[in-house]
Amino acid sequence: MNRFGFHITKSRLIDYDTSDRKVRQYITEREPSFRLCFACGGCTATCTAGQHASFNLRRMNTLIRRGEIAPVREEVSRCMLCGKCQLVCPRGVNTRHVVALAAEAIMKYDRNEL
Amino acid sequence: MNSELFLLPFNLGLYFILIYSVIRSVIWFRDLSRPDKLRLQRGFFGRPFMESIKEIFNESLLHRRIFKDNPVLGYMHMSLALGWFLLIVFGTIEADFFGEKHLNPPAHAIFFRFFNPEHGEAGFAKIYGIWMDFLLAFILSGLLLAIVKRFIPKAVGMKKRTRHTWTDRIALISLWLIFPSRLLAESFTCGVYGTGSFLTGNLGASLASVLPAAEMAPYFWWLYSLSLGTFFFLLPASRYFHIPVELFLIFMRNSGIKTGDRTSSYAEVQVHACSSCGICTGTCQMSYAAGINDIQSTYFIKGLRDGRDISDITMNCLMCGRCGEVCPVGIELGPLRLIQRRQERRSDEPLKFFDRYKLKKAVTAAEKEPAHSYGYLQTPEPVKADILFFAGCMTHLTPSVIVAMKKIMDSAGVSWHFMDESGGVCCGRPLMLAGRDKEARELINHNSDVIWKSGAKILVTSCPICYKVFKESYYLDADVMHHSEFINLLIEEGSLRPGYLHKKVVYHDPCDLGRGSGVYEEPRAVISYVADLQPVRQEESMALCCGGSIANMHIPSEKRMLIARDAARILTSGAPDAIITACPLCKKTFSPATETRVTDIAELVAEALPVFKKPARSVKKKVLHRVAHS
Repeated sequence: MNRFGFHITKSRLIDYDTSDRKVRQYITEREPSFRLCFACGGCTATCTAGQHASFNLRRMNTLIRRGEIAPVREEVSRCMLCGKCQLVCPRGVNTRHVVALAAEAIMKYDRNEL
Repeated sequence: MNSELFLLPFNLGLYFILIYSVIRSVIWFRDLSRPDKLRLQRGFFGRPFMESIKEIFNESLLHRRIFKDNPVLGYMHMSLALGWFLLIVFGTIEADFFGEKHLNPPAHAIFFRFFNPEHGEAGFAKIYGIWMDFLLAFILSGLLLAIVKRFIPKAVGMKKRTRHTWTDRIALISLWLIFPSRLLAESFTCGVYGTGSFLTGNLGASLASVLPAAEMAPYFWWLYSLSLGTFFFLLPASRYFHIPVELFLIFMRNSGIKTGDRTSSYAEVQVHACSSCGICTGTCQMSYAAGINDIQSTYFIKGLRDGRDISDITMNCLMCGRCGEVCPVGIELGPLRLIQRRQERRSDEPLKFFDRYKLKKAVTAAEKEPAHSYGYLQTPEPVKADILFFAGCMTHLTPSVIVAMKKIMDSAGVSWHFMDESGGVCCGRPLMLAGRDKEARELINHNSDVIWKSGAKILVTSCPICYKVFKESYYLDADVMHHSEFINLLIEEGSLRPGYLHKKVVYHDPCDLGRGSGVYEEPRAVISYVADLQPVRQEESMALCCGGSIANMHIPSEKRMLIARDAARILTSGAPDAIITACPLCKKTFSPATETRVTDIAELVAEALPVFKKPARSVKKKVLHRVAHS
């Protein structure tokens, strides 16, 4: 493919061998508003933790939907639960609950409980 | 009818409950912390003991708090509690005086009529009989109300009735049976002997005329004894355990024991002192405004008592604190829920009642949820300032409040530093409310560091959520002030002179500022200074929650909106020009829920300030100056 001037960037690749959507399922079952996200990024723009470290709720949303857990595992514990994201969310996603559930889901995933 | 075998259920039940109560009290006392034990011991020989006796009489017997709230309900509780108490006391006296000997076993007082069927024919005994019949009638009138309440709650002014477990139901039925069966048993016996007063005598005579009274009486004596025995046996497993436990609770509270922030036997006593009366459900906005009917404090407490998994109930609460204000037993419902939130963070298993007696399985590090860690936070360059302004996360979403605060502090001429101008770090309260104390402590340490290094004398915050945690969980040298208190101080000392706006406004008490921290006066003083403050229907300690509370992670946004609309409707019932609040979160939540303008107290004061002149540096003036000279 490289011959034609195309190549696949890693961030655009969904590897079905490694992706696992159990975490997404766990979250959507308990917080259905997770599905409402249209990735506007308002949450990330206002995030308190995001000003100090790499914590990007919008990206985590995408990653969880795509079933990539490893990068989320690192970031999810940085949230301060302050709730600004929830106030700016135009879709009414219960963002704090999503973050809390993501942490819980990943813990259960690591223990093979999902 | 001379067989005394029917006394067996009663006697067994009575001695069971007496022994159980003693063992229970000893365990609870043993599990108290050492300072609390000392408090209790000191309280026993001091004023708290007398105060407790008074409170027990007022609350456990007269039920004054319920009376104030709802006279019908108050009468119901009073007739059952006071009536039963008096019946026992005067029954004992009766058995002592008129029985064959003094110091009878308790059964002789309770079943007095059975042992002395011919008693009360004339003289003083007859007058005494009228009194005893009156007491029984008094209880039965309350019982009638209780039955009406169970089937038609609205008739006695209850919004909702609580749902009960099966033990509660059986206990309830046995309680209901006690007094009618006593009435019938006494009446039949009186009917046989032609004794009894206005109630038992007349009823007995008319019953005896149609029924074989002598054969019927033993059945009802059996029923009376059985219902009493069943009631006593089910007492520890049912909600009626509150009857003995409440006495213990009142005494502990008066001795100065506090709930604190961890599980203790005081917390356990409070849990058992809940009578599941359901008054908290009627006051819960999540119930009547948003239609969520299974998370109220009464269900929370019941779940805790039964050792069920109640993590959903525990987390699904706005923690506005209104239920704690109306609880007739005075249980600290908010702190108890917070303790449980913390507890659930510690282990995945729901905390069961007997868990502390079991050996716990060690949890390996890999099994634990990764703790939130804020190692990435960097301490900013220390800035020296007398007055530190901490806007708080939420205030950053209402920039108009920040602008107003800047204007106010500049025009008052105070020197101040904006601590979180470029974002700052969360105060830690949202994490605490989620039960994550350890993580919250990390943020608290970070912020404390910044505040200590600044050497500030006053820390002003615009957010009641931050205010509460700064006040309660930070160890600071500075005075923590909410901006409403600070503005009040500035006005009082004369450095801030706002004008008067001809506006009719209402004030909305934010939960964490009002009920949470007890700041009611200062915001009202400030508002009355600059505008016409109107009273609202539910204010101060019974103020409504806006519905935006960060304490609840579970409630969906549309339900929040229902609560906000309902609260805004009550606030705007007098058609004010603006709703004034002192919390950025309330402002944010109310704004889309009402047509009326929602303004922060700082904005209102800033509006009332005379136009603030900036130091003459504006470009326009310079230009004008140049033109004039050329």
